Amino acid sequence: MNAPMNYLDGNAAAGELSRVFAVDITSAKGQCANCGAKRRFAEAHLYSHCPGLVARCALCGHVLLRFANVRGRVFLDLSGMTYLRVDAPKQEEAPV
Amino acid sequence: MAGTAVLERVTWRAANVVAVRDETATARTLALAVCDWPGHVAGQHVDVRLTAPDGYSAVRSYSIASAPISDGRIEITVERLPNGEVSPYLTQEVMVGDELELRGPIGGWFVWRRDQTEPIQLLAGGSGIVPLMAMIRSRRSAGSSAPFRLLYSVREPEKVFYRDELRTLSNQGDSVVITYAYTRVTPNDWRRPAGRIDAPLIATGTWPSTLRPTSYVCGPTSFVEHATDLLIAAGHDRERIRTERFGATGERK
Repeated sequence: MNAPMNYLDGNAAAGELSRVFAVDITSAKGQCANCGAKRRFAEAHLYSHCPGLVARCALCGHVLLRFANVRGRVFLDLSGMTYLRVDAPKQEEAPV
Repeated sequence: MAGTAVLERVTWRAANVVAVRDETATARTLALAVCDWPGHVAGQHVDVRLTAPDGYSAVRSYSIASAPISDGRIEITVERLPNGEVSPYLTQEVMVGDELELRGPIGGWFVWRRDQTEPIQLLAGGSGIVPLMAMIRSRRSAGSSAPFRLLYSVREPEKVFYRDELRTLSNQGDSVVITYAYTRVTPNDWRRPAGRIDAPLIATGTWPSTLRPTSYVCGPTSFVEHATDLLIAAGHDRERIRTERFGATGERK
């Protein structure tokens, strides 16, 4: 894994991701498309000092998510994950 | 709605500064009254947005320090960073009556919920104590008897946040067991020399892995890496360790 060491946890993406998702994606479980690891998105390594967010698999370093907000348009690349398993919010619950 | 981007789903709310309190020479707690605050869970954070007169704005994440109580007030504790863009303002210039913009509560993973009854191991590096303090306060306000231990690694005694409250807590019988680790300067008569946390300290200052505690580790990235490695070497299951890194600088993006 050649990614630089200055990263945060996937947790730290929760604020930005809450702009486009109704549920908290960071507590969802996702599978890395490269190594097959199934882990919480919150456990991914997050690189946020670029124009946007990049999340990498904590085990193999594969890019799981790219998120950029460019002049009011959000670009979202989730191709690094084969799936995300999200707990559906209860009707009356506010999104977190 | 078809064709409509659902931006700003979690909206920015107005937050009024209702009290300020210095924790150390470089850290300050801000009590905020937040418009339509929906309540939070211990461990969650908020994003704070400051906007300059010319329209330039900066957003930073801060952990909530207070227990979830439904009075629409929360507290955050901000450590001032020498080259910070936001923290000097929040720790030196903000006054009671000022208004900030705030988004949250945020995050659903690095949280402690009142219905958790298993032993809890908290590991704080510096200002990483803040969300863990929310968990300790939440435990207390919920009347929970979950066994809590805190290992608090801090540069020197003067850098300890919430000192009196932690002392009171640790003096109470069925409460939170606290172990301090000083990395640069220790109090007088302190048995352990100043230094990073290590395996012997994990062995004596944390729950044994056989109790299968859930561990919460929060601090600068280097601290979180080091503490997590020590826990795993001591037999803890990675699945039961939750982490929140502040990054190298301590000021989260």
